[in-house]
Amino acid sequence: MSEVLVLVESVDGVLRKVTGELLTAAARIGTPSAVVVGAPGGAQALAAELGALGAEKVYAAESADATTYLITPIVSALATIAASAAPSAILLAATVDGREVAGRLAVRLDSGVLADVVDIAADASATHSVFGGSYTVQAKVTKGIPIITLRPNSVDATPTAAAGTVVPVEFSVDAATSATIVAIHTEPAGDRPELGAASVVVSGGRGVGSAENFPVVEHLADALGGAVGASRAAVDSGYYPHQFQVGQTGTTVSPQLYVALGISGAIQHRAGMQTSKMIVAVNKDSDAPIFEISDFGVVGDLFKVAPQLTDAVNARKGS
Amino acid sequence: MDIVVLVKQVPDTYSERKLREADGILDRDAADAIIDEIDSRGVETALQLTEANGGEVTVLTMGPDRATEVLRKALAMGAHKAVHINDDALAGSCAVQTSAALAAALRTLKFDLVIAGNESTDGRTASVPAMLAERLGLPQVTFARSIEVDGSTLKVERVVDGGYTELTSPIPAVLSVTEKINEPRYPNFKGIMAAKSKPVTTLTVADLGLAADEVGLANARTTVIEAAPRPPRAAGTKVADEGEAGSKVAEFLAASRLI
Ligand SMILES: Cc1cc2nc3c(=O)[nH]c(=O)nc-3n(C[C@H](O)[C@H](O)[C@H](O)COP(=O)(O)OP(=O)(O)OC[C@H]3O[C@@H](n4cnc5c(N)ncnc54)[C@H](O)[C@@H]3O)c2cc1C
Ligand SMILES: Nc1ncnc2c1ncn2[C@@H]1O[C@H](COP(=O)(O)O)[C@@H](O)[C@H]1O
Repeated sequence: MSEVLVLVESVDGVLRKVTGELLTAAARIGTPSAVVVGAPGGAQALAAELGALGAEKVYAAESADATTYLITPIVSALATIAASAAPSAILLAATVDGREVAGRLAVRLDSGVLADVVDIAADASATHSVFGGSYTVQAKVTKGIPIITLRPNSVDATPTAAAGTVVPVEFSVDAATSATIVAIHTEPAGDRPELGAASVVVSGGRGVGSAENFPVVEHLADALGGAVGASRAAVDSGYYPHQFQVGQTGTTVSPQLYVALGISGAIQHRAGMQTSKMIVAVNKDSDAPIFEISDFGVVGDLFKVAPQLTDAVNARKGS
Repeated sequence: MDIVVLVKQVPDTYSERKLREADGILDRDAADAIIDEIDSRGVETALQLTEANGGEVTVLTMGPDRATEVLRKALAMGAHKAVHINDDALAGSCAVQTSAALAAALRTLKFDLVIAGNESTDGRTASVPAMLAERLGLPQVTFARSIEVDGSTLKVERVVDGGYTELTSPIPAVLSVTEKINEPRYPNFKGIMAAKSKPVTTLTVADLGLAADEVGLANARTTVIEAAPRPPRAAGTKVADEGEAGSKVAEFLAASRLI
């Protein structure tokens, strides 16, 4: 079976969950090979874990430059490995970096790219969910090595352990045509689950009224063990940070339960949450469009309803 | 500082967007077509940079006849001239092909910066700017939430999953902006009138020196196998709060085994 390359994503030496999801998807197509691009020693440190997640080989594309320049070292490393390994597909996470690497690589390898897919089949065709889940589209790459970016949390990692043999790779970086990374700032993840992966999301909109009021949303999220989200209006009004925006131009979520507090349900907000299994909305306007897609809607004041719900949830947990 | 801004005409996200039944490609006639909001932010960025540093703003689009509307919009905002890649042969191009056509047009233009949106609301590949950097051999400085020009150096904060990174880059470069970069100005009456007489150059596949068997739907690098609409969601129960709704929601969640 031919190799399938998976670009490993990690933060401070810790694998991102999506890496396991990618290795599982890769195993459907061929033999998964993990590719680690970074500072020397990183691949060796991750090799056992990557093997356990299904990687037969762990390519170590390592140099001091690899973390200094933006995107181009990764493109160069993957292109170098692709030239010798002739993989049947290259899979990456549909993150900011992953999608940009995929695009450049498709140009360099003269092939095609499927972006932000939610499923991958054995023949390297893939499924997109477009317009906020209004359509499901099956597509394939018709020229060259298929390059595919997978949306995190769409495929369950079900690994079959493999060797995880480290294979060093020589590659070059063109510093002159690259931007330099001066500093990396990681937002503290906190105790709450990651927004895109959470099984419960509680979001607040403009109806929350202020940053000072946002704990009403957080308390309910914490009672339910969920993540906190926000509408664009809430973010733009400074109530909550940008990385928590749900919608067309924010994060797409598909949890078991989505609770919308003081959110009208504009089409661009719905695009990021309408595939949630269960939707509960609280809005004082009985004509708010959010009710059109809610399984349970409450016409009322969120400052009365949400605390009562929080208490009721906590009480049930206590009993 | 001369800047080329990439602007794309997209179906208005406020209207219902559809795929064509025959080939699963975006139905551009089904919805109102507008300048992608993110690209109007790109135009605003360019106008602010040239207002501070001098230079001209050229807007570039690839699209059918009606895409001229978005060029006029950008010209009305204050851009100086426009270039329209317009050729039936390009219809149905994938992102890789689109980037080839845009890069070919960019090679005919003089610029210090190319500015694009980070992600279009219809294509959503979020990779055309990176592809352009690859094709043009320029640094990519993408997903910017803030930009500073210091002589011939750019300083940018790049938004990434779980945080942000600080970047520096020499100019020329390919820049892309995220939606929190600025609020785009509205064209005023004077701007709209002035736009009517600003130059718009049209380029065809032949003008760009692209081979006809490399562009368009028939030669796209990706193809749709099947597209199916998802059944719309139905509304469920709706209650008015009479002091007990919070507890009712809790009962509903418990009955649904969610708590
Ligand atoms: C290109 C584009 C991309 C966009 N991307 C996104 C996106 O990613 N995410 C997104 O969310 N939006 C996005 N939008 C914006 C979207 O169109 C809406 O403007 C936004 O979703 C509105 O947010 P909201 O519902 O919080 O505010 P509003 O529409 O102002 O709604 C506030 C709601 O709160 C209710 N309310 C007020 N007080 C109370 C109270 N005390 N109790 C209960 N209810 C109360 C009101 O009845 C109202 O329904 C985008 C728009 C465009 C053009
Ligand atoms: N056909 C096009 N014409 C002009 N600019 C485009 C076109 N397609 C993409 N772009 C630019 O590339 C950005 C990112 O698009 P995408 O990679 O499709 O998400 C857009 O915001 C535009 O600035």
